[in-house]
Amino acid sequence: MTSVQRTHLDYLENQSIFIFREAYHAFKNIAMPWSMGKDSNVLIWLARKSFFGKIPFPVLHIDTTYEFPEMLEFRDWATKHYNLNLIVKINTEARERGIGYETHDPVTVTHELKTVALQQALADYKWDALITGIRRDEDPTRAKERYFSPRNAQFEWDYKDQPPEFWGQFATSPEKGEHVRVQPLLDWTEADIWRYIQRENIPIPKMYFARNGKRFRSLGCSPITQPIASTASTIDEIIAELEATRTSERAGRAQDHHERNAMQKLRAKGFL
Amino acid sequence: MADPQSSAASPLKVVFVGHVDHGKSTLIGRILHDTGSLPEGKIEDIKKACAAEGMEFEFAFLLDALIEEQKQNVTIDTTQIPFRTARARYAIIDAPGHKEFLKNMITGASSADAAILVIGANEGVREQSRRHAYLLGLLGIKQIIVVVNKMDLVDFSEARFHEIESDYRKFLVDLGLEASAFIPASAKQGENVARATMKMKWYCGASVLEALDLLQPQKPDVDLPLRFCVQDVYRFDVRRIIAGRIETGTLRVGDQLVFSPANKSSVVASIERWNALATSPAVAGDSVGITLSEQIFVERGYVASHENETPIETNRFHADLFWIVREPLRLGHLYNLRLATQDLKCQVVSIEEVMDSSTLETKNDGREQLERNEIGKLTIQTRGPLVIDNHDRIPNLGRFVIVDDGEICGGGTIFGGVYTDRQVTKSQNIFWTEGKITAQQRAMRSGHRGAVVWLTGLSGAGKSTIAQALERELFHRAMYTYVLDGDNVRHGLNSNLGFSPDDRLENIRRVSEVAKLMADAGTVVITAFISPYRMDRRRAREIALEGNAEFIEVFVDAPLEVCETRDPKNLYKKARAGEIRDFTGIDAPYEAPEDPEIVVRTDEQTVDESVATIMEQLLPRLREYEANE
Repeated sequence: MTSVQRTHLDYLENQSIFIFREAYHAFKNIAMPWSMGKDSNVLIWLARKSFFGKIPFPVLHIDTTYEFPEMLEFRDWATKHYNLNLIVKINTEARERGIGYETHDPVTVTHELKTVALQQALADYKWDALITGIRRDEDPTRAKERYFSPRNAQFEWDYKDQPPEFWGQFATSPEKGEHVRVQPLLDWTEADIWRYIQRENIPIPKMYFARNGKRFRSLGCSPITQPIASTASTIDEIIAELEATRTSERAGRAQDHHERNAMQKLRAKGFL
Repeated sequence: MADPQSSAASPLKVVFVGHVDHGKSTLIGRILHDTGSLPEGKIEDIKKACAAEGMEFEFAFLLDALIEEQKQNVTIDTTQIPFRTARARYAIIDAPGHKEFLKNMITGASSADAAILVIGANEGVREQSRRHAYLLGLLGIKQIIVVVNKMDLVDFSEARFHEIESDYRKFLVDLGLEASAFIPASAKQGENVARATMKMKWYCGASVLEALDLLQPQKPDVDLPLRFCVQDVYRFDVRRIIAGRIETGTLRVGDQLVFSPANKSSVVASIERWNALATSPAVAGDSVGITLSEQIFVERGYVASHENETPIETNRFHADLFWIVREPLRLGHLYNLRLATQDLKCQVVSIEEVMDSSTLETKNDGREQLERNEIGKLTIQTRGPLVIDNHDRIPNLGRFVIVDDGEICGGGTIFGGVYTDRQVTKSQNIFWTEGKITAQQRAMRSGHRGAVVWLTGLSGAGKSTIAQALERELFHRAMYTYVLDGDNVRHGLNSNLGFSPDDRLENIRRVSEVAKLMADAGTVVITAFISPYRMDRRRAREIALEGNAEFIEVFVDAPLEVCETRDPKNLYKKARAGEIRDFTGIDAPYEAPEDPEIVVRTDEQTVDESVATIMEQLLPRLREYEANE
C-alpha cells in the first residue's frame, strides 16, 4: 500500500502538465500569451514543470501601451530570469488611428488593443494553438469552456456547439484558418492560484499586495483597472481575504461591466 | 488521497442529470443559494433583470448566465460550479437534459465522482431519466442520488413518491446500479434540499445536502496495477526523458518496467520532476518523466507496466460503444481510435447488438451502422497492436474514443479481453515473433485473409464491371484488394503472349501465379478473365491452394444473346464478321463451371446485387482466421 498523499493542488498541477504535454504533441506551432498577471505566471511555471525547465515555444505579450510601469519592469526581469523567447505585439495601426481610453469606451479599446492585436500576431506567426490562463471560476461565460477550445478564423467561439471532451481526449484538429485555445488552468480557482504561488514560491508583480490600504486583485490596462480596498500584504492574508469575500474577482475591470453581457460579447469576438 | 474534509482535498464532482424540465437547474440554483455560494448581488441582479423583462424570478436563472440560454430556457452546455457544505467542497457539473446534447452530458459526467439524477414527481420516470442512468453506468459512475423533485406539484404525496421510487429502483438494479438515496424534494420551495422538510413528515431520510455529504471520492487508482502512458520523449538537454502520466498504480526508481506493445524491458533510472523531490515514488494521477537505465526504443502511445501485471495486447476486442454525432457509425469505415495516448486506425468489423438506451431493449438485426444516441456491442479491429485492459479492471486503459476527421464521435468501454501470462505472451506474441511473417500474422494486422476471387464468364458478361465494383466495396471496408485483368496484365507481364491456345494457357498460368503471390501477401485479388477452360481454372485453383490462399470461383453468368447485345468492345460483331478468330462463344467453346463457389446472373441482377451476392459469401471466408492462435 502506498502512503503518498496527493492534495488538490497536486491534482490540478498534474492535470495542467498533462494538458501542456498533449498540446505540445498535438500542435506544431504554439504560443503562450503572457500578461505578467498572477495566472499568467502560474502558467509559465507549469510550462517549465511540463518540459523540465525549458519552455519550448514563444511567449507573447500583447502590449496595449496602457501597461502599468511595474508590470513592464516585471516583464523585463522575468524574460531574463526564465530565458523566455518573448514576442511583444502592439496594435500600432489602432493607436495611430487614435484609439485610446482617453477618447473611446473601454469595450472598444480592449477589443482593438487586445483582441485585434492578438489577431494580428496570429496572422503574422500562424500559430495553430494558443495556451491561455482562462479559469472557469472567473466569469460565468468561462465556466462553459473546454480544455481544448477551437476558434474560427474570425476568432469566434461557438459555445453552442463545442466538441465533446472526455477521458483525457481533446479536439486537436483545427480546420484551416482555425486555432485552438488550450486552457490548462480551467479547473483552478482564484484561491488555488494563490495557494500554488505560495507553495511554489512563484515570482509575481508586487501590485497584488496591499500598499496604503489598496491592492490589485486583477490586473489589466492602467486607466481601467481599479485597486480594491485591502490590507492583505502577504499571500496568507490574500487567501484569507478571498475566503471572506463574495465580490467577484474581475469587479475592478471596467470593460466587463460597461454594458450588460459585455464579457459575453467580448469573448464571442475573441477576447481571452 | 487526502481526507475529503480538509481544504487540501479535491472537491467532489457531482454531475446533475435528468429529463428536460424536471428541475435540475432549479435544484442547482437552490443549492447555490442555500449554501451561500453565490457572489454578492447575483440574486439581486437577476431579480432586477427578471422584473425589467416582466418575468417571475426562478432559481434556474442563476445558471443561465448566457443570453442564449435565457432565450431558449434550455441549459446548453456543461458548466462546473463550486459550492461547499460544512463538511466538504463540491463542484457541480450541470449536464443538459436535451436529447441532442448528449455529447455535453458525456463531457460533464465523465469526470464526476457521483451523480444526482433528478426526476419530476409530476411526470415521473421519462426517457432521459433512463438514458442518463444507463450512461452513468457506462461511464463507471457508481454513486447515485435520486432526487424526486417538484413534490409540490403532487401535493407532497407519499404514494406518488413510492410509486416512482419502486419503479426506478427496479430499473437501476437491471443496470447493475444502486442509488444511495431516494429523496422527495421541492427545489422551488427548498424542501429537503438544504433543510429537512416539514411538508413531508412521512419522509425521515437525508436531505440532498446530507446525502451529498455521505458520498466518497472515487476510489484512488494507486492500488491498481501500474499503467504509465507515454505522452512524449523529450531531449531538451542531455537527458532523454520519457514523459507521461501514471494512470494507475505506483512507479519507483529501480522498478523493472515492461513497455507494451514492443514488450521490451528496462529499469527506471530516475523519476524526473522540475522543482520537486525526485526520489519519491510517482503514483496514479502524477504527470512525471522517467529515464531508463537501458535505452530501449519508446515512443508516444507505449504503456509501461510491471512484469507480472501486464496489460492485454491485441488488435481485436469487444466493446460497448455510444455514438454522439449526427453521421452514423458505419461498419468497415476507417476511423481513428484513441486510447490513453495511443492513436490507431480502426474499423468496426461487426455490430453484435444495438441497445435502445431508454427502454434497454436490445436488437440483433444485422445492422451495419449505429445511429446517434445509440449504444452498440461491437467488435473492433485496429491496424496494429493496441494495449488495453478490460474496463472493469483498469478503467483508464479500458476506454477509448472513436475519432473521424479529427472529431470525437463516440466513446466505448472494453470487455471480455483475455489476460495472458507474460512468459506465454513473450513466446507466442503475435506481433513480435522472430522469423518469417505468416499469412496468419498478416491477417491479424489487416483484419482479413488474402484470397483469389476468380471471375469467369463470357466476354460482355460483366466481369470487369463487377470486379471494379467489388474492389471498391472491399476497399471502402479498409481491406487490401486489387483487380487483375487483361488491361493491366496483357500490356506488361504478358506482353510477349498472343492469343494462340498455348499463349492463352500461359497467360492464365501467369495470372494464377501472380494472384497466388498477392493473396499470400494478404491481398484480396480479383481476377477478371474469360478463362473458358475448366482445366485452366482447376490449375488456377491448385496454384492458389499450394500457396495456402483461399480460391473462390465466381461464375459471372449471362446468356450469349445478352452478351452479344451488350458487346461493349464490338468484339462479337468482329467475330461474327470473321475479323477475329477463336472467339469464345462464337467459334471457340466456353466451358461453364460445374461447381463454382458463387454464381451471379448479370442478366437478372444489377451490378449492386451481384456484388452483394459475392460479398455475402466472401466476407465470412475472409474473416475466417483465428485471432488468438
